[in-house]
Amino acid sequence: MMTIEWFTQFLAVAAALAAAPLFLGWVNQCRAWLQNRRAPSVLLVYRGIRKLFHKDAAVAEPASRLFIFTPYIVFGTMVVAAAIIPSVSTRLPFGTAADAIALVGLFATARVFMSLAAMDIGTAFGSMGARREMMVGFLAEPALLMVIFVASLISMTTALPVISERLATQALTLSPSLAFTGVAFTMVLLAENARIPIDNPATHLELTMIHEAMLLEYSARHLALLEWAAALKLLNYACIGFALFLPWGAAMGEAGPPALLTAVAFLALKLLVAGVALALIETLSAKLRVFRAPQFLATAYLFASLGLLVHLLLGA
Amino acid sequence: MIANLGSPLSAALALLCAWVVIGLAGLLRPMSLVFAGRTLFPLGAACGLALALAALLGIAAPTAHLTLPIGLPDLPMHVRCDALSCVFLCILGATSAGVSLFGAGYFRSGQGAPPGLLCLQYHLFLASMGFVLLADDAYGFMVAWETMALSSYFLVTTQHRIEEIRRAGFLYLLMAHLGAIAILLCFGVLQGGSWQFSFDAMRSAQLSPPRAGVALLLALVGFGAKAGLVPLHVWLPEAHPAAPSPVSALMSGVMLKVAVYGMLRVAFDLLGGPLWWWGLLPVSLGLFTALYGIVFAAAQTDMKRLLAYSSVKNIGILFTGIGLAIVFHGVGRPQLAALALVAVLYHSVNHAFMKSLLFLGTGVVLHSTGERNLGRLGGLIHRMPWVAWLTLVGTLAIAGLPPLNGFVSEWLLLQAFLFAFEVPHTFVNMLLPLGAGLVALTGALSGYVMVKFFGVVFLGKPREAAAAPAHDAGSLERGGLLWLASGCVILGLLPAQIVPVLARVAEQLHVGRLLPNGAPWWMLVPLQGRQASYAPLVFSCAVVAVVLLTIWVVRLLYHQRIRRVAPWDCGFGRLDARMQDTAEGFGQPIRHLFEPFFAMQRQLPSPFDPAPRYRVVIGDRIWNAAYAPLGALVQRIADAFAALQQGRIASYLLYGFITLIVLLALVL
Amino acid sequence: MTAQPFVLQILNALAALLLLLSFAMLAQRRVVTLVNLLALQGAVLCAATLLLAWRTGEAHLYFSAALTLCLKVAFLPWLLHRLIRRLGVYWDTDTLLDTTGTMLVGLLVVVFAFGLAQPISALASTATRSAVGIAVAVILLAFLTMITRRKAMSQVVGFLSMENGLFFGAMSATYGMPMIVELGVALDVLVAMLVLGVFFFQIREQFDSLDLEHLQSLKEDR
Repeated sequence: MMTIEWFTQFLAVAAALAAAPLFLGWVNQCRAWLQNRRAPSVLLVYRGIRKLFHKDAAVAEPASRLFIFTPYIVFGTMVVAAAIIPSVSTRLPFGTAADAIALVGLFATARVFMSLAAMDIGTAFGSMGARREMMVGFLAEPALLMVIFVASLISMTTALPVISERLATQALTLSPSLAFTGVAFTMVLLAENARIPIDNPATHLELTMIHEAMLLEYSARHLALLEWAAALKLLNYACIGFALFLPWGAAMGEAGPPALLTAVAFLALKLLVAGVALALIETLSAKLRVFRAPQFLATAYLFASLGLLVHLLLGA
Repeated sequence: MIANLGSPLSAALALLCAWVVIGLAGLLRPMSLVFAGRTLFPLGAACGLALALAALLGIAAPTAHLTLPIGLPDLPMHVRCDALSCVFLCILGATSAGVSLFGAGYFRSGQGAPPGLLCLQYHLFLASMGFVLLADDAYGFMVAWETMALSSYFLVTTQHRIEEIRRAGFLYLLMAHLGAIAILLCFGVLQGGSWQFSFDAMRSAQLSPPRAGVALLLALVGFGAKAGLVPLHVWLPEAHPAAPSPVSALMSGVMLKVAVYGMLRVAFDLLGGPLWWWGLLPVSLGLFTALYGIVFAAAQTDMKRLLAYSSVKNIGILFTGIGLAIVFHGVGRPQLAALALVAVLYHSVNHAFMKSLLFLGTGVVLHSTGERNLGRLGGLIHRMPWVAWLTLVGTLAIAGLPPLNGFVSEWLLLQAFLFAFEVPHTFVNMLLPLGAGLVALTGALSGYVMVKFFGVVFLGKPREAAAAPAHDAGSLERGGLLWLASGCVILGLLPAQIVPVLARVAEQLHVGRLLPNGAPWWMLVPLQGRQASYAPLVFSCAVVAVVLLTIWVVRLLYHQRIRRVAPWDCGFGRLDARMQDTAEGFGQPIRHLFEPFFAMQRQLPSPFDPAPRYRVVIGDRIWNAAYAPLGALVQRIADAFAALQQGRIASYLLYGFITLIVLLALVL
Repeated sequence: MTAQPFVLQILNALAALLLLLSFAMLAQRRVVTLVNLLALQGAVLCAATLLLAWRTGEAHLYFSAALTLCLKVAFLPWLLHRLIRRLGVYWDTDTLLDTTGTMLVGLLVVVFAFGLAQPISALASTATRSAVGIAVAVILLAFLTMITRRKAMSQVVGFLSMENGLFFGAMSATYGMPMIVELGVALDVLVAMLVLGVFFFQIREQFDSLDLEHLQSLKEDR
C-alpha cells in the first residue's frame, strides 16, 4: 500500500504544479468575460512563465544573495505546501508533516522571505510593498487561525486530512458556524493572495500595489518562479478551503487508482466553480484603500469568531 | 574535575563556584583585556557548556537535596535540584556558553569599567542566577536574587559616565527592589504560620485559598516586575539599551527566564493546587503584555529598544501559558495543563537562544558602526555577512516561523488554547479561544517587527556614511553567534526529542503527563489520539530538496546567466539611500492602527518650510499615567522633608532626642 | 454528535442570520441600507416564526408571523423610507467609535449575551432554546447600535431591531408571548414610531439637523 500512497503524493504535487497557472488563467479568463473584455487564453500564464525562463536575469547591483535565493525558497515552500494539503486524497505521506497551523506558518515564512527580498535593493517601492504585505499578513493570520479553530472544533484536531474525513463522513447538516467561517476564509484568501478588495493583481500603478511592488526588481527565471509560486499559493489556499469546507469528492482513506481519478476530476470541477466565484467576487467589489484593509480583515476575524461562538452556542 | 563529582547537583554547584572563582581571578590583573578576554571568558564559556550538560542529565535524574553549611549559624543553605531547576540551569548554561564566547571577543579597552572588574561582575551575575535556580529556602533564594540584581545593575551601568545610563540603571534597581519586596512578602505568606522558611516547609504548609491567592498575586507582582510584565515593564526598554550587548543578551535571554522560573516554582510547586480562576489573571495580563510589547516594538527606532520590547512580548506569551496551565490544572485537565506548561518551558528555552543571538548581533553592529539608531543603518549584509546571516536565523526564529524554534512553542501553546473551550465555565470557555486569536496576532506582528529590524539594519543601502565601512565580527564573536544560531535550528528541527524531556517537569510537579504515543521519532504529536502532528525535519528536508531540484532543473533546461544592472524602481532613475523606508516609516501602519496605545507627539513641517523636519516622539501611556505622577509625588514628599535639613549638628541631635522621648513615652 | 432535525437546523441557521444582520446594522453607515437591513431582519424573523408555527402547530404563531410581516417588513420600513426622503437624512457617518472598534466591542457583547443566556436556555423546555442566546445578543447589539449613533433616525432603527430581538427571544424560549401581549407590543411600537416621526420634524425645526448632539444644548446653563 505504500507505493500507491507515494504515487498519490507524486500525483498531487504534479497536479498542483500543472494546475496552478491554469487555475490563475481560468480566473483571469472569467474576470475578462464578466467585465465584457475579450478573454486572454487560459494558457497565457504558462506562456509568460516559459518566456521568462528563457531570459537573462537582470539583478540590481545592491542585491545580496538573499535576493537571489528568495524565489527558490518561496517556490519550494509552496510546492511542499501543495504536497501537504489533502487536495486529491487524505492519505498522503506528507499529510502529517504539518497541520493547518503549521501550514499557515509555512506561508508566513514565504511571505517574510518575499518582504525581506523586497527590502534588499533599497528602493522606495520595494520597502513600501514589504511593509504593506506584512501589514496584510499580520491582520490575516488571526482571522485564518480562528477559521482553523472552528473547523478543528468539529473534529478536535488541526490535522487537515482528519478534518476533511470527519466532515465528509458525518451526516450533512446545515451549519451556520461553518458558513460564517467559510465567508471569513474567503476574505482571508482574497487578502493573502493579493486579490481585488485588498490588492489588484492586474495593476502596476505604483502607489496602490502591494504584491507587485515586491516583485518590481525581479526578472527572468526569478520572476517566473515567483509568478508560479503566487499561482501555487492561490491554488493552495483554494485547496485548503476545499479541505475545510467542501471535502466531498477527495479520496478518503486508502484508495486505488479509480478513486484517485474521480478525486482528480472532482478537484477540477471544484476549481472551475471556485474560479468563477473568485472572478465574480473580484468583479463585484472595488479595491479598498490600504487603510481600509484592517477593517476588511477585522470583519473576517469577526466572522470567524462569530462562527466559533455560534458553534459553541448552537452546537452546529 | 567534574567526573568525580557524581550527581548533577554537586556538579552544578561546583561549576557555579568555578564561575565565582573565574570572576575573582579577573581581579588578579584588572586592567588586562587579554587575560580577561582570551583566558577567563572562554573558561567561563566552558563552564557554561558543562553546566548545560550536567543539567541535561539532571532532568532525568531523581530530585537531589543538599544542605550546605554556609550562611548564618543555624541557618544552613538548602539546595535542591529537580527537573524544573535543571531545565532552567540548562538554559543558563547553554546560553551563557554562547554569550561568554562572544564576550571574549567583544569587550574592548577604554570603555567604562576595567575588564577585570567587568569579568567579576559578569561571572558573579551568572553564578547568582544559578544559585537562584538551586536554592531551596527563602533565605538562600533572596540572597542569590539580590546578588543577581546588584551584579546586573553594575553591569548595566558599565558606562556610568553617561547620564542617561545612570538613570536607566537607577530605574532598573528601583524596580528590582520593588519586585524583591513583593517576593519577600510572598514567601512570608507561603510559610503559613510555621515560620520555617525552607521550601519544604512551604510545600507542606496548608494555606487557606485566600492566603494562597494573595501569595500568587504577590509572586505575580514580584516576578512580573523582574520579567517585565506590563505595567511593571518600564525598566526593560531603558536598561537593555544601556547595558553592553552581551549583558543585554544575558539579561533578556536568561534573567527574565529566572523570573519565569520563580513564578513556576511558586505557582506549581510551593503553592500546592491553585484554584482554576486564578489562572485568568496571568492569562489576561500576559495577553495584554504581549500585545503591548509587540506594538511598541514596532514603533521603536533604536534597535536595542526594539528588541527589549520584543522581550516584553515574549514574557507576555510565557505568562499567558502559565495562566493557561493553572486554569487547566484547576479544572482537572492534567494532559492539557502539561501541554501548556511544556509550551512555557519550550518557549523559555527558545527565547533564551534567539533573543541572546539577536542582542549579540546588534552588539557587533553597534561596535563597528557606533550606531543604535535604525534610521542611520542599512546595507550591512554586504559588509558583515556572517553577522547578517546568523542574525537572520534569530530573526526568523523570533518571528515564529517554521521550521525554526520560535514556531514550535507557539504551536504548542495554540494547541493548548484549542481545547480551552472545554473549560466548564461560561464566558471563560468563549473568551479563551478568542484570546488565541490575540496570540496569533502578536505572533504575526512579531513577523512584522522582525522584518523591520532585519530589513532596515542589514538590507538595502547604507543610510549614513558611518554604516558603510563596517567590518564583520571576529572569530570568537562568530563562534558565540554560531552556537546560539545552531541552537535555534536544532530546537526547531527536533521538537519530538525535546518535548518529552520538558514533559518530565510537568510530571514531577504533578501537573500532568503527556502520554506517550506511537509517533515516529521525527514527528511531534503532543496529545494522544488527537492526531495534530508537526514534523519540521520532514518538510524542511522537502523544501531543501525542492529548492536544489529547481536550481538544477533551471540550470539544465535554461541557463544561469546573471547580469548586474542598476535598480529599476519603476524607471525612476536617481535613487539614493535616503529614499528607503526608515524605521519610522515602517512602523507607521502600526502607529496608525494602534493609535490608542501610544502617547504620540508629532511635529509636522509646514509645506513652505525650506528645511522641513518631521519629528515623532513615541511615549508610553503607562509611564505618563502611573510612573510620572508617582515619581513627582515622591519628589514632593522628599522636598518637604528637605526642610528638616538644617546643616546644624545641634538640630540633628534635637531630632534624635525628640524621637527618643516619643518612643520612650509610647513604650512606657 | 447526533444530527438535529432538519427544521431545527434551518431555525438555527435563521437565528445565526439574525445575529449577522445585527452586526451588519452595527457596521452600516448609510441610513437607507440600515432600514433595508431592518426589513430583512423582520423577514428572517417572520420566516422563523412561520417555521416554528408549522413545527409546533401553535396557531397563534401564524398570527404573529403575519403581524411581523405587515408591521416590520412592510409598514415600518415604508414609513422610515418616507421619513428619510422627507428629512433628507442619508448618512450617519460621525459615529462615536470607528467601525472596527465597534465590531470588536460587539463581539464581546455577543460573548456576554451567550454566557448570560445559558442558564435561561437550560430552564426553557422548547426545542429552540439554544437560540435564546442569539436573541439576547440581538437585543444588546441593537442597544450598541443606538449608543454609537448620532442621528435620531438610526437610533429609531436600533430601537426597532431591539424589539425584533425581544420578539425572537420570547419565541425561542416559550414559543411566543400570549397573543394579547404581542398585540400590545405591536401597537406600542407603532405608536412609538408615529410619535417619533412627529418628533423628528420637531427636532429638525428646532436645530436644522437631526444630529442628536444638539440636544446637549438643551440643558440649563449654570
